[in-house]
Amino acid sequence: MPTPLIQISGLEKAFPTNESWLGQWRFQHGKLKRRKDSVHALNGVNLTINQGETLCVVGETGCGKSTLARVIMGLTQPSAGEIHYLDQRIDQLNNRQRMVFRRRMQMVFQNPYASLNPRMTVYQTLSEPISFHNPQLSTSQVDEQIDALLESVGISASSSDRYPHEFSGGQRQRISLARALSVEPDFIVADEPLSALDVSVQAQVLNLMMDKQEERNLSYLFITHDLAVVEHFATRVAVMYLGRVCELAPTRTLFSAPKHPYTKALLSAIPRLDTNTAQPIRLIGEVPTPINKPVGCVFQARCPYANQRCYEQSPAMMMQGDASSVACHAIEEGRL
Amino acid sequence: MNLLSVSNLHVNFHMKERELAALIDVSFTLNRGERIAIVGESGAGKSVLGFSIVNLIGKPGYIHSGSIKLEDKELTSMNARQLQAIRGKRIAMIFQDPMMTLNPVLTIGDQLVEAIRNHTKISYKDARSIAIEKLHHVQIASPEKRFDQYPHELSGGMRQRVIIASVLLLNPDIIIADEPTTALDVTIQAEILQLLLAICRDNGVALVLISHDLGVVSKVAERTLVMYAGQIVEEGPTLEIINDPQHPYTQGLLNALPQMTLPGQRLNQIQGSMPSLAERPSGCAFHPRCPYATQKCKQQQPDFIYSGVSSVACFLVEDMLNEFADHDQEAQ
Amino acid sequence: MKYPKKDLIQPMSGSRWQHIWSGFVGDKLAVMALIIFAFYCIVALLAPLVAPYDVKDPAFMDLMNAEIAPMWISGDPRFLFGTDAQGRDLLSVILYGTRLSLTIGLCAVLIQATLGICIGLAAGYLGGRIDNFLMRCADIQLSFSNMMVAIVFLAIFQSLFGVAMYQQLAMVMLILVIGLTEWPLFARTIRASVLAERQKEYVDAARVMGLSSKRIMFRHILPNTLSPVLVIFTVQIANAIVAEAALSFLGLGMPATEPSLGSLISAGFAYMFAGSWWICVLPSMTLIILILVMNLLGDWLRDHLNPRTYKD
Repeated sequence: MPTPLIQISGLEKAFPTNESWLGQWRFQHGKLKRRKDSVHALNGVNLTINQGETLCVVGETGCGKSTLARVIMGLTQPSAGEIHYLDQRIDQLNNRQRMVFRRRMQMVFQNPYASLNPRMTVYQTLSEPISFHNPQLSTSQVDEQIDALLESVGISASSSDRYPHEFSGGQRQRISLARALSVEPDFIVADEPLSALDVSVQAQVLNLMMDKQEERNLSYLFITHDLAVVEHFATRVAVMYLGRVCELAPTRTLFSAPKHPYTKALLSAIPRLDTNTAQPIRLIGEVPTPINKPVGCVFQARCPYANQRCYEQSPAMMMQGDASSVACHAIEEGRL
Repeated sequence: MNLLSVSNLHVNFHMKERELAALIDVSFTLNRGERIAIVGESGAGKSVLGFSIVNLIGKPGYIHSGSIKLEDKELTSMNARQLQAIRGKRIAMIFQDPMMTLNPVLTIGDQLVEAIRNHTKISYKDARSIAIEKLHHVQIASPEKRFDQYPHELSGGMRQRVIIASVLLLNPDIIIADEPTTALDVTIQAEILQLLLAICRDNGVALVLISHDLGVVSKVAERTLVMYAGQIVEEGPTLEIINDPQHPYTQGLLNALPQMTLPGQRLNQIQGSMPSLAERPSGCAFHPRCPYATQKCKQQQPDFIYSGVSSVACFLVEDMLNEFADHDQEAQ
Repeated sequence: MKYPKKDLIQPMSGSRWQHIWSGFVGDKLAVMALIIFAFYCIVALLAPLVAPYDVKDPAFMDLMNAEIAPMWISGDPRFLFGTDAQGRDLLSVILYGTRLSLTIGLCAVLIQATLGICIGLAAGYLGGRIDNFLMRCADIQLSFSNMMVAIVFLAIFQSLFGVAMYQQLAMVMLILVIGLTEWPLFARTIRASVLAERQKEYVDAARVMGLSSKRIMFRHILPNTLSPVLVIFTVQIANAIVAEAALSFLGLGMPATEPSLGSLISAGFAYMFAGSWWICVLPSMTLIILILVMNLLGDWLRDHLNPRTYKD
């Protein structure tokens, strides 16, 4: 088996809650104590991404999927865990050491209205990374590259002197993709790139991303909450809940035979066009905020099958017969 | 008599340089207890339509012409005070962002009680018990506790439930829900939709659901209006529209959904994007993106025509129907 | 090429500055303010050419001509605005004074802006302890009244180095004092906008590209925070001119030999009730109109550079 492109193991990230130094002190049992609270966004995530595949990460608000993207891209430092690119560890690098990997890994953002600098023309936006990473190129070579890049994402090269606000949301997302592609990466993290776009435009951007994957043998980490897109686009799917991966499976397996109770609920809740789908499975309560590091299974509070063991012990990912892996005691014990 | 009938509604935006048409010749009716959906992409004018029903479009927009009738009362000619009595009491609105309606500095309870006492004269105690009952009705656990909480203490789904409760307080005839679940997660979206559906069914309330998500619409609405660039382009029973869309735009919209294509295949995209108000094309507004556009589409606006499945404004459908009619005549 | 040429997407049209300019031409008050301000600037720049007398000429001061009323009262055609107590032509003195006041204002605000922008950018972008430290410095600076600092500083300087030395360096000292005391206003505004901009994804995108902090700060964030700075800039020039006038009025500003508008007002004040009102009133009017015009322009800029009014 070839080395996976990206390997993530035991990744954790806790954000300190935004309290001032004075606010951290409190009275407890007659003593003044300093206590720092933090939100645990990631609680031990293990994932691998293979060359040329699309791994989709799905989950609801607050499950840590965006944090995962930011940690992989080095925008946030992880609290614990390791990230490997091929066989090099990249989570502890400083800016200079990371530079090599910046060319290989790029990111496409959610909001097409905020991800392009409003005061830079499309030409400036694209020429900056190209000439920054290839200082040997002459101006005309850079121009040539930009023209080719723009046309390859379907934007007329003659419009490269325009500012972002002159483009529509879908067009901006194309430019964002062009910027990510400008340094010729082989891995792209896309953080909800479609959620701000209309359906018809979503299809355009998704098609473009698929074309590029074919052309350049790209690997994607695609973060989304839209399961319809996942079903269409993903090679494998990771379902996240409260900072942990609770099910990881090839797309077809996941959609035809979901195993984890959360995955089942999630899939049943998609409003599908056909009218004869079953009633959605109702979950009790809402997603809690992980102020304290969860003990036991992260899904215990909303799980209809939770037993004493689920409250005490965190389930490990277990490989199943059909190439999926699930972290659930109920499945392990054969109760489900 | 129809509960609500909108006919030939034109809404304009008054800009510095010129008038921009946001809604053009929009007509539809809503019966008592009926659930309809208005579908379209952003910029199609679906929210403007929702707002103009209760005459809430702010400057620079205004109703240029047309009529909106609630039973036999004309809403466009009412003054602010009469409208105030209609809003909330007979027509209620639910927005995408619950914080638009909830006041962040008042408790949930205070806001609900105030809403009741604004329209009916009852004591605080009675109002409180009605409010708690309604909170219970929308499946909020321990409503007495929630009553004294502030909006920011609740989650997004919970806030939307509070909004629905507040809408129910005055037993309106019509609920206009503008993208009520767009900001919510899928699992919570499903619950809120079910709740909304159950409430409309149980109380005989008519629902106007404004959404961009055809999946959501198919779960809730009996009838669907598809809007494009300020006009209704297709209207008909939801199931028929989804199974057999007539207008090229509706077809494109449905075909662009990922589930319509085999995994891994290219999606069927519609070229281009919705024109802005200022750049409305001539003739049929969809013609620059339409794969079947002819010279006629560029010059003339199509009229509504009943295709046997739904009402469509498209020359293509019209021509096809004419052809069939000719065939029939020849056969005879 | 995979995509045929005709299918390529053309952008929508419309330009931000065009939009702002067309709004400006439509606003008569703003246009008038700009014209008056431009007039002030031109006249101040060309003072040596425009002024009827040369202030540096020793013959300029002639006590024989002292306290002649403006032309429309005295009928003396030599002095349009009359003369002051030293017999100087008031028009010439006001022209040179305006030039001095504007120079001091502009230079002082340039110092303020440079300091404020650098500190604000660093505080906002780097955050954490640096931010805390810099902002507490700004708080301390703000808690002193600027006037008080200026007075104390200038008074100490005068007594240490003597009045003669002070008179030579008066302009530089004023610029430095006014420039160094008011930077927190710029720093705070910049910091607030930087905090807002830093959340935006284009900054993350630049970081993902591996660009250095310095480049991100100055090339990406700074241009997006400049509209509020432009507004404060105009208003602060007006404030600096007023501050200079006030200091001069208190006798800590420009010396009588090289008068700014403030020192003219101050000098004329003594004659106010002796019947020679014009020595005080005419420079005051000049100052008031200048400040008014600058504030009008600042207000207009604030209303129209506000990104919320221009949605993109």
